[in-house]
Amino acid sequence: MSVLLQVKNLRTTFPSASGPMPVVDDISFDLARGEVLALVGESGSGKSMTALSILRLVPKPGKVSSGSVLLAGEDLLRLPVTEMRRVRGARIAMIFQEPMTSLNPVVAVGAQVMEAIQLHDPINKVDARSRARALFAEVGIPDPEARLDAYPHHLSGGLKQRVMIAMALSMRPEILIADEPTTALDVTVQAQILTLLRNLQRERGTAILLITHDLGIVNELADRVAVMYAGRLVEVAERKALLSNPLHPYTQGLLKSIPSRTPAGERLPEIPGVVPSPDQWPTGCRFSTRCPLCFEPCETIQPEEIEDSAGRRVWCHEVERSMDAESSS
Amino acid sequence: MMGLEAHVFSNAVTVVLLVGAGVLVAVVRRQRLWREAAHQLWDRRKLAIIVVGLYLGVALLDSIAWKGGIPEDVLDVLPNAPLTLIDRIFLGTKEASYSAPFADVEFYGAAPLRQPGSHLLGTDILGRDVFYLALKGARVALLIGGLTSLIAIPLALLFGVGAGYFGGRFDDFVFFLISTLASMPGLLLLIALIMAMGRDTLSVCVALGVTSWVGFCRLSRAETLKLRELDFVSAARALGVPEIRIVIRHILPNLAHLIVITFVLMFSGLVLSEVVLSWLGIGVDGSWGQMIDGARNELSREPVIWWNIAAAGSALFVLILAVNIVGDGIRDVLDPRMQKGSP
Repeated sequence: MSVLLQVKNLRTTFPSASGPMPVVDDISFDLARGEVLALVGESGSGKSMTALSILRLVPKPGKVSSGSVLLAGEDLLRLPVTEMRRVRGARIAMIFQEPMTSLNPVVAVGAQVMEAIQLHDPINKVDARSRARALFAEVGIPDPEARLDAYPHHLSGGLKQRVMIAMALSMRPEILIADEPTTALDVTVQAQILTLLRNLQRERGTAILLITHDLGIVNELADRVAVMYAGRLVEVAERKALLSNPLHPYTQGLLKSIPSRTPAGERLPEIPGVVPSPDQWPTGCRFSTRCPLCFEPCETIQPEEIEDSAGRRVWCHEVERSMDAESSS
Repeated sequence: MMGLEAHVFSNAVTVVLLVGAGVLVAVVRRQRLWREAAHQLWDRRKLAIIVVGLYLGVALLDSIAWKGGIPEDVLDVLPNAPLTLIDRIFLGTKEASYSAPFADVEFYGAAPLRQPGSHLLGTDILGRDVFYLALKGARVALLIGGLTSLIAIPLALLFGVGAGYFGGRFDDFVFFLISTLASMPGLLLLIALIMAMGRDTLSVCVALGVTSWVGFCRLSRAETLKLRELDFVSAARALGVPEIRIVIRHILPNLAHLIVITFVLMFSGLVLSEVVLSWLGIGVDGSWGQMIDGARNELSREPVIWWNIAAAGSALFVLILAVNIVGDGIRDVLDPRMQKGSP
C-alpha cells in the first residue's frame, strides 16, 4: 500500500514558565491509503494534539515547533493559510468526540452539511441539498429528507454523530481523523457507528486515523496501532501482533488491565500511578516512573527506536536488552 | 437636499425601513426556530404586541408626508408644507389658547373656541390639540429608540464580536475604547456631542448611539469568547471554513437572541433618556419629553392644566410598559436557559 500521510518528528509545544513544553514530542508515523491506524493512549498522552497538529489547528498559544506532515509528499506545515484551508475538509476531515456540541445549535443540520459541501465545491443550493440528502442516507440516517431541516436538539447523540460523519465525508476526503468518535455515545450506538465507519472505509477507501483509548474499538476497526505515552510513541505494530504479543511494558500493562482478559474473581491488574504532567516528565524513558521493568539507563536515557523486519517499532531499553541477549546467544 | 426636500428623504427612509422589516419577517418565517419563537411570543404577549403595533401604526401614518391638498381657509400651516395623514386629520384644530378636554367654553377669557367640545385631551398654551401632539410624539419616540439602537447595536457587535473572536491587538484596542468611554460621565459626553452636532433628530440619535453601545459591546465580547471555544467552531475550522464566515454563520446566529433582547431593552431606555435630554433643554422637537418639559410650569396655574402632562406622560408610560412586556416575553421565548431540551 502506498503511503498517503507521513508524519515526521512532529513536535508541538506550549509555552510555560520554564520554556516551551512539548505535549507532542518527536512523533513519526505513516498512514497508508485506505488504512485504519489507531492512535491509542491515556488521557493527556497527546493523541488529540497530534491530530490537531496535522490539521494545524492547535489551540493558541500552542504551536507545532518542528517536524513535517507530508500529505502525498506535500508538507502541510509549510502550506500558506489559504491552501491549508482547502486541505481541511476536502482532503483531511475530522470528526470530534462530542457530537452534542460539535453542531451549531441554531442552524438546521442540513444547512450545516450543505455549508460543508458548498465550501469546497461551487454548486447551487438545490444540488447541495440533494447531495446532503444522499450523504444522510449513506450514513444511515432514517428519513433523510425530513432530517435535513431538523435542528441539532431534535436529534439523538447517535444521529448527531452520523450527521458529523456525513459532514466530514461530504468532500470525499482521503483521510478521516476520528477523535474518539464513540466516547460520548452509549454502547449499542457505539457498535452502529463503528460498523458505519468500517463500511465507509471499505467502500470509499478512506484512510482513518482513529484516536481512542478503548482497545475494544481498536480490535474492531484498526489495521495498525500506534501507542502513545506522555507525548511520545512507545510502540507501533500491526493490530494482531500488538494485541497478541505486546513488547513495550506500557502496552503490556494496558492489555492486562482489560477486564475480560482477567479471570472472574481476581483483582484487575493496573498500571500503578498516573501519567505525569508534561512539566514532570522524566529525562529518560517517559514511562520509567511507572514501569515494572525499569532498570538503570531508563531514567536518564531516552530509548532509541528499534524496528524489526516486519516494520514493527518499539522504544524500550528492556526490549533492546533482551533482543541483544537473544542475538548474542 | 435635507433643506428643501426633507420630507422626500424621510419618506424614502420610511420605505427603506418598511422593506427591511419585510425582509426580516420573510427570514423569520423561513427559519423554523424563529417562526416557533414568534408564535410563542404572540400567544404569551398579545396585548402588549397589539399596543406596540398601534404605536408603530401611528408613527407610520405620521412618517409619509406629501404636499398640497390644504384647504384655503386653513391659516395655521404654510400652504405648501408637506403634511402627513395625521397632520391632515387634525388640520384646522388649532385654537387661540387653552381648552380643557371636551370643553365648550374658552379658558382665561381668551378668544372663543373655534371647535368647542372636539378636543379629546384639550389644547396646550399655544392652542394646539394635545391628542394630536401626543400622536406626533409616537414617531419621534420610535425614531429615537429604533434608529439609535440600529446605530448602537451594529457598532457594539462589530467591536464586541471582533474583539472576542480575534483577540490580540484588536481586543486591546476595543477594551481601551470601552474603558475610555466608561470613564467619562455619560450625560456630559451626550450633551457635548449634541452641542457639537446640532439638535436635529438624527444628531441626537447618533449622540445617544455613540454613548450607549458600550454595555452590549462588553456582553457580546464575553459571549463570543465563550462561543469561539465551543466544538462546533473547531469543527467548522476543521472543515476549512474561513474565519470571517465562521463569525457570520456560526457566532452571530448564536448571538441573535441577545441582539433581539438587547434591542428591545435598549429601546425603552433610550426613549426615556430623551426625556432627560428634553428636561435639560436639548431634546428632540416634538417629543413627549418636550411636551412634559413644557407642561411642567403649567401645573402651577389655577385651575391646574393637567391634561397636557398627563397625555404625554401616559403615552410614554404605555409605550415603555408595552415594549418592556414584549421584551420580557422575547427573553422568555429566546433565552436558551429558559427552554427545555437544551443544555
